[in-house]
Amino acid sequence: MTWQRETFKKIKQIPREEHVLPGTALCAGCGGLEALRLAAKVLGDDVIYVNAAGCFTMLAAYPFTPFKGSWLYTTMGSAPAGAQGVRDALDVLIAKGRLPERENLKVVVLGGDGSTYDMALSSTSGAITRNLDFYYFCYDNEAYGNTGAQLSSATPYGARTTTSPCSLQHPSGTMQEKKDIFEIWRAHKPPYIATVAPRYPLDLEEKFSRAAQFTGPKLFLALAACPTGWLYDPGETPEVAKLAVETGLWPLKEAVNGAVTHTYIPRRRPVEEYLKLQGRFRHLFEPTRQDEVIRHIQARVDSYWQGIS
Amino acid sequence: MEGEMMTGNLAAAWGARLAGAEYIPAFPITPQTEIVEALAKWCESGAMPARFVTLDSEHSMMTAAGAAAATGVRVFTATSSQGLLYAFEVLYSVSGWRAPLVLVNVSRALAAPITLESDHNDVLAARDCGFLQIHAETCQEVLDSILIAYRIAEDERVMLPVIVNLDGFYLSFTREPVALPDPELVAKFLPPFHPAHLGFKASEPHALGVAVLGGTPYSYFRHQMHLAALNALVVHQEAAAEFERLFGRRYDLVEGYRLDDAEDVLVMTNAFASKGKAAVDAARAEGRRVGLVRLRMIRPWPAEAIRHVLRGRRAVAVLDQNLSPGQGGILFQELAACLYHETLRPLALCSFIGGLGGKNLSEGEFRTIFEQTAEAGVQGKGIGPVLLYTEADHREMVQLQGIAGKVGTS
Repeated sequence: MTWQRETFKKIKQIPREEHVLPGTALCAGCGGLEALRLAAKVLGDDVIYVNAAGCFTMLAAYPFTPFKGSWLYTTMGSAPAGAQGVRDALDVLIAKGRLPERENLKVVVLGGDGSTYDMALSSTSGAITRNLDFYYFCYDNEAYGNTGAQLSSATPYGARTTTSPCSLQHPSGTMQEKKDIFEIWRAHKPPYIATVAPRYPLDLEEKFSRAAQFTGPKLFLALAACPTGWLYDPGETPEVAKLAVETGLWPLKEAVNGAVTHTYIPRRRPVEEYLKLQGRFRHLFEPTRQDEVIRHIQARVDSYWQGIS
Repeated sequence: MEGEMMTGNLAAAWGARLAGAEYIPAFPITPQTEIVEALAKWCESGAMPARFVTLDSEHSMMTAAGAAAATGVRVFTATSSQGLLYAFEVLYSVSGWRAPLVLVNVSRALAAPITLESDHNDVLAARDCGFLQIHAETCQEVLDSILIAYRIAEDERVMLPVIVNLDGFYLSFTREPVALPDPELVAKFLPPFHPAHLGFKASEPHALGVAVLGGTPYSYFRHQMHLAALNALVVHQEAAAEFERLFGRRYDLVEGYRLDDAEDVLVMTNAFASKGKAAVDAARAEGRRVGLVRLRMIRPWPAEAIRHVLRGRRAVAVLDQNLSPGQGGILFQELAACLYHETLRPLALCSFIGGLGGKNLSEGEFRTIFEQTAEAGVQGKGIGPVLLYTEADHREMVQLQGIAGKVGTS
C-alpha cells in the first residue's frame, strides 16, 4: 500500500509564515535547522522548546531567540525530563484554573544525536514509558557537531570524525555501525515515530501534521546534513540530504502505534554518489579506493531494503 | 512535649503536604525513600492534591522539578547522597533558572566504600550550587524548616531553591513528637505560589536558561544569584519572626546553647548537635564553662551571626561530620575565614572530624574535644584537623580485617 499524503499534497500548501526567524549563530547550510524551520510551520508558536546541550543550544543566545514561542535549556542528558516537568506543571495549572486552556503549549524537546542516542536515553525511555504528551525532535548530524565532529553512536560506519580518524589500523575511520534509535524508540511503543529529511518538505510537513492527532510521545528523527562536520560546501546541503534519501541510506518512514510504513521508496542510487560528496568519506576514495568499505556500506543498505516496497 | 510521634522522614513529608506542594517528582534512595512513599500514598488517596511522578533517575527528577517550578507550580522533592550527586549538574541549572523549589536531602555518606549511614559530604558538596541550605536538628525542625524554606525561596528578593537537610538514620528513622501546624495558619504563613517573573504561556513567551556569550553577562547573572542569596538572611529573619508569632517556635540562623558565660564553644550542625548539647551539659556539671553553636543556615553563610556568637571566646572547636581529603573539615574552613577580620576573634580554632558514615560520637570523644580545645585556648594555638577514632573503633576494625583475611595489622 502506497503511503498517501492527505494534508500536504503541493509545495504551495506549506504555510509561508516563519516561526524560526533567521540570523541565528548556527552554521550556514545547517540541515537540522532547515528541518526545524519546516517543522515549526506545523507546530506554530504556542510551543516551548526544551533543549539539550548541542548545536541548537546556540539558537537562543542572550539576548536573542529566533522563536516567538518559549525556550528552556536543560542539560545534555535530561531534556525529556524537563519536558515532563513543564508538561505536568502546565496540566496542574490548567486543571486548577490558574492557566486558561488557550495559554497551553506544545512541549517540544530539541536534542542532537549525541544527546538522543546516548546520554538522554534514560530520560527519553522514561518519558515514553510514562506516555508523556510531547514532541521529540532529534537533529541527527551523525556526530558531536557542536564540539567539532567527534564520533557519536549515530556516526555511520566508514565516516571519519576527529575521534575516529582514518588510520592504517582503521582505514575505514568509524568501525561501528550507526545505532538504530528508531527501533529503540519503537520498542517503547509510542503512538508516533517518524524520520524526516529537510529536502523532502511535503513528507516532513505531513508527518508533523499526522502526529498532532496523537496524545503521547511523538518522536522525530531529522536528517541534519552538516556542511561543517561532513565537510562539503554549505550550498550543497539540499543535494546531500536528497542523496541520503535517494541512496536508501536515510529511509523516510513512520511508525504509527508500532506499525512501520516507508513513506517514500527510493530507486536507490549507488551509495557512492552520496559518499563522494562529503569530505568525511573522502578517505574511501583517496589516495586509494577502499572498495571493501564501500561494498560493505552498499550491502547494509541493500539488506535493509530487502522486502520493503 | 505535645505532638504525634513520627520519623524525620514523615515529618519531611508532612512539611511538603502542609506547604501545599503541587508537584512531586520522585526517585527512591535509602534513607530518603519513606518520604516519597508517604507522599505517593497521600497523592493517591487524595489527601494531598498534588501530582506525583516517579522519574528514571535523580538527574531527571531534579530536571523535572526545576522545570515545573519554572513553569509556576510549587514543587517538592527529596533525595540522599549518591542521588544528590547524580543530580549535581542539574542543581546548578535549577538555581540558575531561579526556580524556587524545596529539596529535602537526607544525608548519607558517599561511596566508595558504599554505605548507608549519615555524614555531610553529600550536602556540603552542593554548597556552591546556588541552592540555599537549612540543616535541621530535630524532626519538628525538619517540618518547620520546609515551611520556612518555601517562604524564603519564593520571596521576590530571593527566588532561589532551598535544600533542607536532615541526617539519615539518626533523624530520618528516629521517632520524635512533632506538632503538626494548623493548615489554616500555614496558609497565612505561606500564601499560594504566584511568581511574578516565572512561567511559560502562549501569550507571554519566555526564554529561560539561554546561553550567554562572554564573561560579562555570565558574571552579571552569577552576581545576581549571590546578592539574592544574601537577601535570604534578612528574609529568613522576617519569616522566622512570623513563624514564631503564628506557631510559637523560634528558629535563628545559628542556635546558641548555654553560651552566656561560655569560654570555649563547640560548633556543630544537624542531629548530632543533640549529642553535643548533652556533652555540654555533662562538661558544665564538671565545672567547664563550655557552650555550643549549631549552624542552622549554611547557605547563605550567616557570617555576622557567627561572629556575634563567637566574638571574645577563648577557643572554638568545629566538629565537622565531613572530610575534604587533604584539607580537613569543610565548615572549619568557612568558619575560620569569617572570623579572620574579627578583632575579638577566639585565641584558638580547633578542627575535629567525626561521625563519618554515621560513626557514633562517644561521651569520651566529646570530653577529649573539650579538653583539647581548652588547652588550645590556653596555649593560644589551634589544633587539627583531628580525626576522631578511638581505641574501641580500632579494635573493631582490626577484628574486621582479621575476618577479611588481613592479619597482623596494627
